[in-house]
Amino acid sequence: MTLLGEIERAAPAVEDLGVLRFITAGSVDDGKSTLIGRLLHDTRAIFEDQLAAVARASSKRGQDDLDLSLLTDGLEAEREQGITIDVAYRYFATPRRKFIIADTPGHEQYTRNMVTGASTADATVILIDARKGVLPQTRRHAYIAHLLGVRHIIVAVNKMDLVGFDETVFDRIRKDFLAFASALAIADLRFIPISALRGDLIVDRGKSMSWYRGPTLLAALEEIDVADEADALPFRFPVQLVVRPGAGKDFRGYAGRVESGTLFPGTELVALPSGQRTVVRDIVSLDRSMPVAVAGDSVTVVLADDIDVSRGDMLADPTHRPHSLRSIRARICWLSSNLLDARTVSTARFLLKHTTRSVKAKLLHLNYRVDINTLEQQAAPTGLAMNDIANVSLSLAQPLFVDSYELNRATGSFILIDEATNQTLAAGMIDG
Amino acid sequence: MSAVLEKPRPDRGALPSRSHLDWLESEAIFILREVAGECANPVLFFSGGKDSIVLLRLAEKAFRPAKFPFPLMHVDTGHNFPEVIAFRDARAAELGERLIARSVEESMRRGTVKLRRPDESRNAAQSVTLLEAIAEFGFDAAIGGARRDEEKARAKERVFSFRDEFGQWDPKNQRPELWSLYNTRVAKGEHMRVFPISNWTELDVWQYLSRERLAVPSIYYAHRRPVVRRNGLLVPVTQITPPREGETVEELSVRFRTVGDISCTCPVESTAATAAEVIAETALTTITERGATRMDDQTSEASMERRKKEGYF
Repeated sequence: MTLLGEIERAAPAVEDLGVLRFITAGSVDDGKSTLIGRLLHDTRAIFEDQLAAVARASSKRGQDDLDLSLLTDGLEAEREQGITIDVAYRYFATPRRKFIIADTPGHEQYTRNMVTGASTADATVILIDARKGVLPQTRRHAYIAHLLGVRHIIVAVNKMDLVGFDETVFDRIRKDFLAFASALAIADLRFIPISALRGDLIVDRGKSMSWYRGPTLLAALEEIDVADEADALPFRFPVQLVVRPGAGKDFRGYAGRVESGTLFPGTELVALPSGQRTVVRDIVSLDRSMPVAVAGDSVTVVLADDIDVSRGDMLADPTHRPHSLRSIRARICWLSSNLLDARTVSTARFLLKHTTRSVKAKLLHLNYRVDINTLEQQAAPTGLAMNDIANVSLSLAQPLFVDSYELNRATGSFILIDEATNQTLAAGMIDG
Repeated sequence: MSAVLEKPRPDRGALPSRSHLDWLESEAIFILREVAGECANPVLFFSGGKDSIVLLRLAEKAFRPAKFPFPLMHVDTGHNFPEVIAFRDARAAELGERLIARSVEESMRRGTVKLRRPDESRNAAQSVTLLEAIAEFGFDAAIGGARRDEEKARAKERVFSFRDEFGQWDPKNQRPELWSLYNTRVAKGEHMRVFPISNWTELDVWQYLSRERLAVPSIYYAHRRPVVRRNGLLVPVTQITPPREGETVEELSVRFRTVGDISCTCPVESTAATAAEVIAETALTTITERGATRMDDQTSEASMERRKKEGYF
């Protein structure tokens, strides 16, 4: 493989920043499909045969121009009805980073789809039509992104070409957005004026907005630093499996993913629920020992002591332990088309999946429902329907080892499953 | 709840940075372990193709030094490239893992697969044999190497994708999938298809094969082969796909980007003889993997979706 070596040496020394997952929030009218099409096209992630298929499909519909939304609308029913049904994932890469876009459609099930896409997103691009400014949906998008713990928000003011590339329009929208968003305390908030249709300030700068000195949208996405967010938190390692080769081999390891913190041989740990303390003897991956494991690494941990650990248990930092709780308060998003009637709450039973642990759960109380349009809290709701966001209290059959979602996405999130139908009913975020 | 994070921690600069391949690898290992932890009787589809070769390496990293918690299975149409079948058997033996082979020809003998013409592609018929094998062994989860970048119907596929008792995929009624909290539950007779490399692209796969120094069947690299040009594709000249009247047979330097059923898999012109050269070509290519190589996906805008609804993997 000498050639490989040569290519590696010849390649410019850019650091591989890994993967950034982001979601685009906005409706078709805001130019969302055009923006995604533009990002894919200008980073050369669209292939000729895909463009040809789009051209064929566009002309079949009697459209003269390429309809880039056809690139993202994958299913037969969607193409027939001209709508987007579900979350789709798109990929593109630059020499610095691989990007995964969760493309969430803006129809009736918008909240459910955006919540799904945002759950794994590092960043959200909120699209605003420069002619319309901040709309109720903009507040909704910012709220959902914030609710799901997305720390990096880029507000892309689109269709700047239709307002004469006017800087004062951009500034006014920025002020309007900040007026309501300051309450959300967004960690990293940026504003970029763009024209997705013409490609200004997406990948290339273009010449029309020289008054804007900040990065292009792609450059901003490339720069977002997500590396140390989870590393800086206390160590959390939900155990997925016990690795035991059996017959004649003296090996016992615990397989899982470091959800937060860092791990070195010699690190002190506590095993939960047993509370036994021990020390890391080795961190292995296939046939090699690793000097360190960081957040996101799937590894197998070998402990110094023979203690009782199995799937669903957690290895954690003994000085900053997760909370061991038999009842929790959480915000949930109801995902199912089956209504949850407040009158039947006392009999509602679920299976709750949190990290690698599943426990039976009982709904104690619907504390309040959030009106997604006004963001007001409504006390004593009559029930929950699909797309509703509510704060609830749950009682658990066994303790969970949790952090607040705000602090730690992996140990603060859960799903509710209907044990009879196996449907996923709700997504939950544990309160701080 | 409060948490004060005053713990001294190492400088981030001292910690290893995670490349995109590290990220993808780690996610896939996590998914494989969730299958092992939650599913009673899983199986992994191994065809000898590049995506399933990646899956096997990921399974090694997920489970070694223990054996895999599932057997490998391949549904052979009887029209596979002999190099690929030989590679399949050798790789399974090298890993010391159990390989189950089931063939479309057995289903034809049983009468559950009926072709309209003897030369009809058996690719779609694989779904029948696949579902028969899943029923025969009672598998509740089948791990496959499909990727979302392959095809637009696949872009909406879940990582844990539910199949009903008829093996059908209902794209309009999929379980929402949040964080990495996978709902793996099925009732008797139903099963999950699980796609650990959903988020990988063709380029990622080749970069990973190269990084891990993984061998692939020789026909993935440039070799000389007789072909005919048909509908913009290079059709390999074989007993199953003979030249049609009026077609000129040429011998070209080609490689395969996918190695499926011979009757519907075409090579591309290439001189790439190493993984690095394939990576260089893949980074520059202007045609998708399936667009360049699959006759069966071009028949209609929704051909893949229709096959998938019927149980295709």
